[in-house]
Amino acid sequence: MAEKEKMSLVIYSGNLDSALAGFMLATTGASMGMEVSMFFTFWGLNIIKKNEGGIKSKGLVRKMLNFMNRGGSKRLKMSRFNMLGMGTGMMKGLMKDINMPSIDEFITLAKSMGVKLYACTTSCGMMGLDESSFRSEVDDMVGAAFFLGEARKSKVSLFI
Amino acid sequence: MKADQRLDCIGLYCPMPIVKTAERIKQLKQGQVLEVVADDIGIKGDMPAWCEATGHEFLGLEEAAGEIRVYVKKTHD
Repeated sequence: MAEKEKMSLVIYSGNLDSALAGFMLATTGASMGMEVSMFFTFWGLNIIKKNEGGIKSKGLVRKMLNFMNRGGSKRLKMSRFNMLGMGTGMMKGLMKDINMPSIDEFITLAKSMGVKLYACTTSCGMMGLDESSFRSEVDDMVGAAFFLGEARKSKVSLFI
Repeated sequence: MKADQRLDCIGLYCPMPIVKTAERIKQLKQGQVLEVVADDIGIKGDMPAWCEATGHEFLGLEEAAGEIRVYVKKTHD
């Protein structure tokens, strides 16, 4: 069989809606036989942070950041109409209504389909995050050149 | 149209019908036909595209009473 087509997604946004868009594209690509990589950077790291426990980091500013920006798939908010959480809650209700998987379910599904999840080392360095900040499904921590190395071989490259 | 297996995707929206098709097709033998039933109209464009990407054959679709039946023949393993 011919070599698999590659698909590279930069996941820069850390919202519930953009996370859904990213995972929908990733799982669809995987179902079409593509080799999919997702690179979580900046706010996107929130999507792959672990849900339980605390985020350990050094320094007052970083501690404040990781407190205000705790992240984790369960804490993602809508990019608009979050309305102190009410809007996000309602949107989750709508998602359930049409049997749409949650972000957690999408992560599990994507992994089972061979999608690779990567965390951006520079964003981690800046925010004081390391392997212990993320969930077990994350494959590796990589840099921009690694991403671009994948992207230049990819048929589809998207920035979300 | 006759099919060897049937996949019910009623109530599921893109990408789930396609994701489930990719999973189910593994259970078919080469040459067998899978019938996918869905009510999300997206499947009309999704399935031909999926077939083009994966090399399986899109046999056609039937539509009745809000249900869309698409037929895919497995052409390889």
